[in-house]
Amino acid sequence: MIAAADILLRLAAWLLVAPLLPGIINKVKAWVAGRRGPPVLQLYFDLAKLWRKGTVLSTAASPAHVIGPAAAWVALIGAALLLPVGPAGASLSFRGDALLFVYLLAFARFCIALAALDTGSAFEGMGVAREVSYAVLSEAALITALLTLCVQSDSVSLATMLAPSAGTGAALLAAGLFGVLLAENCRVPFDDPNTHLELTMIHEVMVLDHSGPTLAAILHGAALKLLLFAVLLAEAVLPLGKLTLPQAAGALIAAVFAVAVAVGLVESLLARLAFRRVPLLLTTAFLLCLFALLVAWKGGKP
Amino acid sequence: MSGAMNLLIGLAMGFSLVALASSRLPSVIRAAALQGMVLGMLPLLLEEKFHWLVVAVAIGTITVKGFIIPNLLRRALRAANIDREVEPLLGFVPSLLLGAAAIIGAAALGSELPLRPEHAKTLLVPGAFATVVCGFILLMARAKAISQVCGYLILENGIYLFGLLLINSTPLLVEAGILLDLTVAVFVIGIIVDRIQREFDTLDTRKLTSLRE
Repeated sequence: MIAAADILLRLAAWLLVAPLLPGIINKVKAWVAGRRGPPVLQLYFDLAKLWRKGTVLSTAASPAHVIGPAAAWVALIGAALLLPVGPAGASLSFRGDALLFVYLLAFARFCIALAALDTGSAFEGMGVAREVSYAVLSEAALITALLTLCVQSDSVSLATMLAPSAGTGAALLAAGLFGVLLAENCRVPFDDPNTHLELTMIHEVMVLDHSGPTLAAILHGAALKLLLFAVLLAEAVLPLGKLTLPQAAGALIAAVFAVAVAVGLVESLLARLAFRRVPLLLTTAFLLCLFALLVAWKGGKP
Repeated sequence: MSGAMNLLIGLAMGFSLVALASSRLPSVIRAAALQGMVLGMLPLLLEEKFHWLVVAVAIGTITVKGFIIPNLLRRALRAANIDREVEPLLGFVPSLLLGAAAIIGAAALGSELPLRPEHAKTLLVPGAFATVVCGFILLMARAKAISQVCGYLILENGIYLFGLLLINSTPLLVEAGILLDLTVAVFVIGIIVDRIQREFDTLDTRKLTSLRE
């Protein structure tokens, strides 16, 4: 009974906090540009509005068009439940859950891509091709980062992997994971979340034909994924396991906030890269994680 | 002490990867210069007791590699009025991956070699191997003369790292001689670059392989 209540409470926390992050990023961007910007809670209003609206379906669409975003949303919630939240630990933890975490993220991407392909639009197929080809590189970086944590802590369970800090390679790992965060969440050097220019869209292309509740599921899933990566980055770098409970909670919240501000600053200060330069940046993120792995493997142990 | 040294050598290896990945000539030059400056600080950390000659060599290395040589190269770049795009014979991603493979291979090789105990804990030998190989990759994989000079500089940085192993037994005069040679070489290359540009209207060294009357 208590376990069920615990899981429900965590679920509610993940679902309710997630849409705050894009709001903070937008506020930072507005602040840098000297505007007032939308309210921090804007995404909550958007989601409520989309939830009330009806869905417009293409005649070519099959049920996969609706099931895809829903399945992706559920997969992301599953990944969120696997990730330990600082001092409170994870609600579900077992040996090898890091692998399931990676697979759930990949499954979510597959579902979104499938739903986009299902509209029968060639343009969305192009967006899917772009998204998936970048995902090949960013997933390699993510897996290398998790492998680093595995080697560091001699375990394959997220809860014990993320408790200590990443040691000597922490700076490398932080830089690599931040690159992965930007790429996976379609943030500026890789993709522009605000763009409406057809030639340069990646993620936005895939969600063009979705409307109403399915679009709400996709938007909320994207916010959840951003929070997921921010928490992963914070826990990989900070030694949360060594702090007391209030300290760790404070550090985690501050770190996630700092990641959001950093994303906002990157987004306001950098231009997005040309398409042909993106693989180079992703390879750099991969190499940063790889060198963190090398440091953990060779130099981490006395 | 060895922690700070490993950090500096790691930074230097990072700069050789930056040089491999950057697509503009000025940033390649900057990466090579920063690497030279970082490595120039190493003798200060290696010597236990303060010695004015070591300080002089460190200052000399930092000045020559960090300021004089890059300025010579930038002047050659301006005088020859060439466009700043690097022309890679091998793409940026493959050369970056090759450089990373060199670093990992050097780290693996370094732990296999029978080194003296005071060197076994440091990254000196792996760093030297990796920097030499990255310099070679830059030399081979770029078409323009200036980026090849940067490859040569990075190669020299690697050899300099090897030289640091023997810092107690090589006279510091040798270091000074090498630095002078390097400066003269870059100076001469600056003039050659200008000549190549005038003769062929390009800095592409592939043109130099075909003989003409």
